[in-house]
Amino acid sequence: MTSPMIDIQNISKSFDHKTVLSGVNLSVEKGQSLVIIGGSGSGKSVTLKCVLGLLRPDSGSILVCGEDITKIGIGNRKRVLKKIGMLFQGAALFDSIPVWENVAFGLIQGLGLKKADAKEIAIEKLRRVGLSPDVGELSPSELSGGMQKRVGLARAIASEPEIIFFDEPTTGLDPIMADVINDLIVECVQDLGATTLTITHDMASARKIADRIAMLYHGKIIWEGDKADIDRSGNDYVEQFIHGSAHGPIQMDLLKT
Amino acid sequence: MKNPLAIIGRIILSALAELGKLSSFAFHVLSHSVRPPIYWRLIGQQMWLIGYNSLPVVGMTALFTGAALAQQIFTGGSRFNAESVVPGVVVIAIVRELGPVLGGLMVAGRVSSAMAAELGTMRVTEQIDALVTLSTDPFKYLIVPRVFAAVVTLPLLVLVANVLGVFGGFLIGTERLGLNAGSYIQVTIDFLQAVDVYSSMVKAGVFGFFIALMGSYHGYYSSGGAQGVGKATTNAVVSAFIAILITNLIITVIVFGGVNG
Repeated sequence: MTSPMIDIQNISKSFDHKTVLSGVNLSVEKGQSLVIIGGSGSGKSVTLKCVLGLLRPDSGSILVCGEDITKIGIGNRKRVLKKIGMLFQGAALFDSIPVWENVAFGLIQGLGLKKADAKEIAIEKLRRVGLSPDVGELSPSELSGGMQKRVGLARAIASEPEIIFFDEPTTGLDPIMADVINDLIVECVQDLGATTLTITHDMASARKIADRIAMLYHGKIIWEGDKADIDRSGNDYVEQFIHGSAHGPIQMDLLKT
Repeated sequence: MKNPLAIIGRIILSALAELGKLSSFAFHVLSHSVRPPIYWRLIGQQMWLIGYNSLPVVGMTALFTGAALAQQIFTGGSRFNAESVVPGVVVIAIVRELGPVLGGLMVAGRVSSAMAAELGTMRVTEQIDALVTLSTDPFKYLIVPRVFAAVVTLPLLVLVANVLGVFGGFLIGTERLGLNAGSYIQVTIDFLQAVDVYSSMVKAGVFGFFIALMGSYHGYYSSGGAQGVGKATTNAVVSAFIAILITNLIITVIVFGGVNG
């Protein structure tokens, strides 16, 4: 039995007395794909930022490849980050450099490859996500939202990471492009044999990408199980969420009169 | 009505907290700037953006200020038949104070704001987080090149400003006020001391540091979308101005406070 690639142990985080995460436990086995679902403000993004080391949880520990990311020094953190790829919600492409350099960024800056070699890989990865080499010469601002997402995906897989994080991979895309991205994610992850952690509120996406699904609500994991079991979770919160109903135990914080 | 003392206390506390955050940011920048990797290409790029692109505005400011200064000193000095002091006062005023201060303020207006806007946008669009996930330290990649380039470039800009400022005075002095060109230059050279030039360059370097520091700091910590970036931009310029004016006075008092002349 190997230890999980990502092991989130009892993390809590609050901002200015507002508790965002309280005692979250999650683990992702090697090669597995875990999708965290949950509404806005449920703490999904904060969980992801904690795992990436961009935020430090108030308590608990997060083991990534066996190293505790919350206590790690800068040098070791860099070593862990080299095994990680991330697709950001808004793609977060660097708009001061052309598309191919975006894709090659981690290869050049992080892994120290030569520019020419990195460009070759970048163009190969762009092709992998269905973009032609001449797109590589464009500036990110010249691309449509779907293309930007694909470039972001190419950048995330460029260094062939062991772990990939996806932050709302389909948000802001039309349903067809969303499905294209979902397919690409599934294919790329299978190619690499990577372990993935995705946060989303898009159930279609979750069903496509996930091996396992966990639902976060008010900073707690309220359900976790195999993708196949989500339709018979027996959990009212999950039921309401996957059917997208306004009625149920989850009440939006609207103005109550 | 709240207790006014409590309000004052809160303002002072938050100001001190901000100062502490800024100091630790500055320390972070300095400690990162001496450890590899150092991105020379980005430093060069920033030097071009800060230096070359600021030349027109800094040069013009200095030229016109020097010219106006010469006219005023001539008018004032003629009451005591002291028109001959024009070259000397112009060169001292420009090199010691106006060249670095006006140059610094102009560059702060151009560069601090641009840096805050760029880094602020990178922050709110998660580009800074993306850098981290691509194993690149945002301090080393974004901030150190800007600070380094500004510290190196500002003295060069101020040198140009000083020359053009004196030249502005020279133009008005010789073309309009009827001063002799040869003796104008001679008096200028006689009045100028090495310490004037040194202090001018030191000031410029310090101002460059604050210009880039304030731009980077406010941009790096900006939050809250477009409005947040707008606020960061304004704060960057205002705080850079304040830092320049205060450090200018401090350096002036340290260098010239004890000496006569």
